Amino acid sequence: MTTAATKAGSRTAKAKPATMAQALGRALRDSMAEDPTVHVLGEDVGTLGGVFRITDGLAKEFGDDRCTDTPLAEAGILGAAVGMAMYGLRPVVEMQFDAFAYPAFEQLMSHVAKMRNRTGGAMPLPITVRVPYGGGIGGVEHHSDSSEAYYMATPGLHVVTPATVDDAYGLLRASIASDDPVVFLEPKRLYWSKADWSPEAPAAVEPIGRAVVRRTGRSATLITYGPSLPVCMEAAEAAVAEGWDLEVVDLRSLVPFDDETVAASVRRTGRAVVVHESPGFGGPGGEIAARITERCFHHLEAPVLRVAGFDIPYPPPMLERHHLPGVDRVLDAVARLQWEADS
Amino acid sequence: MTVQELPGAAAYRPTPPPAWKPITDPAPLLPDPEPYRVLGTDAVADMDPELLLRLHAELVRGRRYNTQATALTKQGRLAVYPSSTGQEACEIAAALVLEERDWLFPSYRDTLAAVARGLDPVEALTLLRGDRHTGYDPREHRIAPLCTPLATQLPHAVGLAHAARLKGDDVVALAMVGDGGTSEGDFHEALNFAAVWKAPVVFLVQNNGFAISVPLAKQTAAPSLAHKAVGYGMPGRLVDGNDAAAVHQVLSEAVARARRGGGPTLIEAVTYRMDAHTNADDATRYRVDSEVETWRAHDPVQLLERELTGRGLLDDEGIEQAKEAAERMAAALRDRMNADPELTPMDLFTHVYAEQTSQLREQAAALRAELDAEQDHEHSAEAGR
Repeated sequence: MTTAATKAGSRTAKAKPATMAQALGRALRDSMAEDPTVHVLGEDVGTLGGVFRITDGLAKEFGDDRCTDTPLAEAGILGAAVGMAMYGLRPVVEMQFDAFAYPAFEQLMSHVAKMRNRTGGAMPLPITVRVPYGGGIGGVEHHSDSSEAYYMATPGLHVVTPATVDDAYGLLRASIASDDPVVFLEPKRLYWSKADWSPEAPAAVEPIGRAVVRRTGRSATLITYGPSLPVCMEAAEAAVAEGWDLEVVDLRSLVPFDDETVAASVRRTGRAVVVHESPGFGGPGGEIAARITERCFHHLEAPVLRVAGFDIPYPPPMLERHHLPGVDRVLDAVARLQWEADS
Repeated sequence: MTVQELPGAAAYRPTPPPAWKPITDPAPLLPDPEPYRVLGTDAVADMDPELLLRLHAELVRGRRYNTQATALTKQGRLAVYPSSTGQEACEIAAALVLEERDWLFPSYRDTLAAVARGLDPVEALTLLRGDRHTGYDPREHRIAPLCTPLATQLPHAVGLAHAARLKGDDVVALAMVGDGGTSEGDFHEALNFAAVWKAPVVFLVQNNGFAISVPLAKQTAAPSLAHKAVGYGMPGRLVDGNDAAAVHQVLSEAVARARRGGGPTLIEAVTYRMDAHTNADDATRYRVDSEVETWRAHDPVQLLERELTGRGLLDDEGIEQAKEAAERMAAALRDRMNADPELTPMDLFTHVYAEQTSQLREQAAALRAELDAEQDHEHSAEAGR
């Protein structure tokens, strides 16, 4: 699946616009068709096809035993998935919304993340936990949290988040195939983002743990992931008018973290801004800024800056546009990168 | 004048919703009003004498295991030991009712059940010694890791049993939990999932009277813990947890029921923790001696021993043999536990992920350098002597 030929195949004449939601559904379907041990379970994933319709058609194609509507209980769903994985299945769990996953935290922290370690490698848990996350869709409270920092702070979990249609497919396939548990964060406001995509020859399966440079530039690096990637790409385009040539790095995987790609980019540009919508304090940006400082101190022309959501509980939908970091805030940060010192 | 008598009242009577009606007769699910007993009743005659003798030998060994492990904490050989002295009947019966292909999901107090199932006594203690989290391969023995968080292993048992059934395997999971654990959300979710999925699971609650210091009356207002089964739509059974024959019989029935597709059962075994919660606990602060003495008169080992000697199935010589076998086990355990475990610090990084991340590789290299420096220092200190 990872060959160049497959990758090239995804750009045939048959390519047509597809959404990230469709690519995720297709990844689930292909994984289930290839591997009979892959089971999907969660609230409303069966008959309804999930509240975002990601699992649409799976129960019909594979039966209720492979795509199961569970009782409404996140700890129970993930706990049952642990037992299923212990018996050799590959459960894919859907947590309906970011903040609904919190009741399952004990299972995730105490068991999912630790079982391989607890058992000296004897019992890996190949579980994928799909969590739709982030704001910008006008959801009322508990429907828009960015919870990635909690998962990142828990050794034993992989934390992955796609920002493109291709990556949604490729990373989800890789997550399901992984022998380790993966928290697969789905940027729900990108569910309906489109790309030319051929369902007949989907994009290559993307190995977990590699960041990618989405836009090359010389002036500064924007480091981001998931829902903030389109914001950063737009900011980079707008920055051209200001005379800045920005590089944009899409992390794709928060754990493992691709220090190499990030450090190489910052050493080239000498300046970095980390952009994400989860709260800044104790958030991913602080960790990323520290890693960059440790590795690139002598290459830096300015302190690493963070553009993040405010340190507040996610606001009501009518105020969320003030909370979410947009293009202007990213450009403001770029403007603060001590350009005068450089000239 | 009542509402019914008001003129025109009938016209306002709401129509009952058409689709759903409660099941109004939960009687088949209700536990007996008294804990089920076999010892001292005619039901003993129906039990296989060989099984009763085996239960006795295992109880004696189990008791000795508990006292030996407790002694090891006093010698500093174990970081902690939550003794199951007084609860051996539950532990042993749980281990013996399972077939080899079945799975046991123990809590932290159930080391004894794991050992009685055939686990190496030292491997069973590594968690409590503090050298490894789990000293055995769960798949090899079909024993899940001893679970420290309360009740969180119960949904695992449900998921595993469910998966086995989906694969067409004839496997039952037995999950053990204490009375305190029944207050946890995971207990509720596990029972609900098991009942809805008709999973082949048996839930064994050892009601030993206290959750560390909190007595059952402050834990629950339920008529009994077994009554909780009714709300999930599964049978609840109440059994004398110190009567090894009764626990074995009730568990056997539940396992057989699960195996033939009848779904889960919740069993409350009423027992008593004779020792403190762990060696770090002071039980005199929350319970009185007279209560402990009452339970001492209902000791599981003595109960079975009296029954077997009374029926002429066991004599003094047989009792002596059981004690000697237990003493040999304890001596071997002592010897092996007195040897320092070999620790390999680099293992810290080995089993976090299938493949080490670059971050863990860096950290492993840093620890390697520290260890090498330590060793160099020791060598030079020796050379300088």
